[in-house]
Amino acid sequence: MAVCIAVIAKENYPLYIRSVPTQNELKFHYTVHTSLDVVEEKISAVGKSLGDQRELYLGLLYPTEDYKVYGYVTNSKVKFVIVVDSSNTSLRDNEIRSMFRKLHNSFTDVMCNPFHNPGDQIQSKAFDGIVSGMMVQTG
Amino acid sequence: MDPESGVASAGSFIPLNEHEQRFYSGLHSLCQADTSGKLSSGKVAELFKASQLPPEALHRVTEVCGAKRLGYFGTPQFYVALKLLAAAQSGLPVHLESVTANLPLPRFAGLKNEPEMRYSTVPAGVDGAQGGAAPASVPWTPADRSAFRHLEASAEKKEPWSPPRSPSSSPPRSPLTYRSYTYSKQRNGADSQTAYESKHSSRPMVQLEQHSSPRNYGTKPSVEHPAMARASSSERLEQQGVDDYSDDDPWRITEEQLEYYTNQFKTLQPDLGALILGAIAKNFFTKSKLPIPELSHIWELSDVDRDGALTFSEFCTAFHLIVARKNGYPLPESLPPTLRPGYMQQEEDVPDTPESAEPLIVFEDAELRPGQMDRGVKERLQPSLAATKQDLKEEACKQDVAAMRVQTSQEKRTLQLGAFPERPEPPHDLDTQMRTKTRPRSYSSTSFEDAMKKAEEPPTPPPRPQKTHSRASSLDLNKLFQQGAPGVRSGWLPPPPALPPRPTASQVSHFISVSEKTPQTKVLQPNFADFSRFREEEESSVKPDKQGPRSRFGRSTEDLTNASKQDVIGVSHSQAPQKPVRRKYHPDGQNLEAAPPPTVPFPTPAKSAQKLLSKQKREIQMAIRKNKETNAVLTRLNSELQQQLKVVHQERVTLESQVELLRPLAST
Repeated sequence: MAVCIAVIAKENYPLYIRSVPTQNELKFHYTVHTSLDVVEEKISAVGKSLGDQRELYLGLLYPTEDYKVYGYVTNSKVKFVIVVDSSNTSLRDNEIRSMFRKLHNSFTDVMCNPFHNPGDQIQSKAFDGIVSGMMVQTG
Repeated sequence: MDPESGVASAGSFIPLNEHEQRFYSGLHSLCQADTSGKLSSGKVAELFKASQLPPEALHRVTEVCGAKRLGYFGTPQFYVALKLLAAAQSGLPVHLESVTANLPLPRFAGLKNEPEMRYSTVPAGVDGAQGGAAPASVPWTPADRSAFRHLEASAEKKEPWSPPRSPSSSPPRSPLTYRSYTYSKQRNGADSQTAYESKHSSRPMVQLEQHSSPRNYGTKPSVEHPAMARASSSERLEQQGVDDYSDDDPWRITEEQLEYYTNQFKTLQPDLGALILGAIAKNFFTKSKLPIPELSHIWELSDVDRDGALTFSEFCTAFHLIVARKNGYPLPESLPPTLRPGYMQQEEDVPDTPESAEPLIVFEDAELRPGQMDRGVKERLQPSLAATKQDLKEEACKQDVAAMRVQTSQEKRTLQLGAFPERPEPPHDLDTQMRTKTRPRSYSSTSFEDAMKKAEEPPTPPPRPQKTHSRASSLDLNKLFQQGAPGVRSGWLPPPPALPPRPTASQVSHFISVSEKTPQTKVLQPNFADFSRFREEEESSVKPDKQGPRSRFGRSTEDLTNASKQDVIGVSHSQAPQKPVRRKYHPDGQNLEAAPPPTVPFPTPAKSAQKLLSKQKREIQMAIRKNKETNAVLTRLNSELQQQLKVVHQERVTLESQVELLRPLAST
């Protein structure tokens, strides 16, 4: 179960970011921001070898003492970042992948909506629903 | 409003969730005997008895809630009492502390039978409610009971722990609200929630006319209903229609609506089996002036196959949701079953629901209808259909034309569905707006105009722009047309006296055809040519335009008048029967006759000459007017295109800068 989920646009500004509210949200925002550097590094590293074929799932970006950060980038350079609690029974890689896949599908649905302009904040209730389903259930 | 204030005050010291608020306010309104805030103790006692608690518990409740001390039941006391009743019924001790507990709603015995009766009629939904309601007559108690039942059922629907009651709740709620709205509209001319209520009541008003007496039952209920209606309507906003059942009625598409949607679909996409692309649908739905997040949500609900395009059934769903939203219904979180595409296609005969009353939206600019709020009414569907179709046509034919039409055909608008004075569009919609403005001009103008031609029913007063310019029709066109005649005449008249030439009779007829299209210069040319010809031969042609201006200005070229008279002699066949004109210019002809020295007394030819002159003059005037209109239109078009160009430039610049930013990344 994720503690924080963020969708970042190609220009590295957040399209959607949501954290479990009980904790200090600013901390998560900062974490996500710093993780962007790692994402960039991974993208550029792979980009050298194969321009096109690149694994969308980036895996564990970096672990801290409290939590782990996973990354995923789409072909249009939209990045998904999931922060999970380390104290959680460590989620298997597959589970994280499936979470990202769900996020990606939901994001595609949002993009398909003609009333949504790419680059806007994501305000879709369906997307919110999916994200809530993935977040840690507190209270 | 007592219920609301009661809720507020009660809620301040006891926590009431929304179901409780609703329920209690309903009960409160039922027990209210007078407006002073005191509840009739008789009715309260009756209510307490219905709760089937032992009398000593009831006494305790009365004591705890403070009514005993006060001697009457005020609103807060009533609410506390209800809470305590709930507590007592669930076995908790009757104390003030138990008030704060999250309790189920108190149950009242007299009403328990009816919810069960309702379950048997659940499939009939509304009909069941009506069937239950209709036999009940005016007397207060049955009305109270049914209202009670509805309220209780609807309130209980939200309570997850009372599953047996949940399915039945929602259908009665909608007719209840309809009735309440009807009643409240009738009772409260200027309700506190006018903006909200009027929109609703416009619909129930139609229902009233359309539906049978069971619905009119809604007008009969007693005093308590408006309060309840207000309470329920205020609460309604909070309810997002979670239950599918709750949207059974408003979310059902009627035959007429279906037909209308089909027509609309055809205007966007002639093939009913094909898809409407997202961008096209977006432009179309944006015209409904709903805020973009709501439209986005509607899209999400209706595009079930998630392909970014709308099939016919998806389109109907989306349209219907928009209509419902325009009429004030909150958007559901999930798609109601009646709106699901499969359901819709299976529908054989759609029941005649209250929704059918005002199915149509007015797609229009908000700025065009600033003051046209809900006319509040009735009316048949046909004019509304027509009015809306008219509106759609106008929308297609540019909002400027629509503004003109709005002014002229305002009286014909019977139904104002879309009269939400919407907030201004968010800035990122400006491009959308620009595109919607321009794109109709480019491609859908033709389709919408076809729709217009096809589907026009009531008379459209202003002249069709297609007559002159199909693509660039605009406000200026009609304005010029209306203002242009006097203006053009006054501005135009000075030049004509300088017109020397006189076209031949044949050229007059030619001139008539030519003048409709050609600019003024061309018109003048045959005149000049003829003039020279005339100089040579005195029998060339008529100069109606000469006579015309001269008649107003007083013979500037008198010799030409003579010539014209002489021309007319030769020209006999070209004199169309223009009796009124002749009479008009008769005195002028006489004046002209009197003035010039070498006159040849030809009164009759003069008249006919004047006839032709006036005809020519008119033609020239028309031509000039049209040319001016064209000019204005083209100027506007030019300016708009310039604007678009600027916007596109800006976009390009931003994109280029982005590309620049990304280039270092891409290069690695």
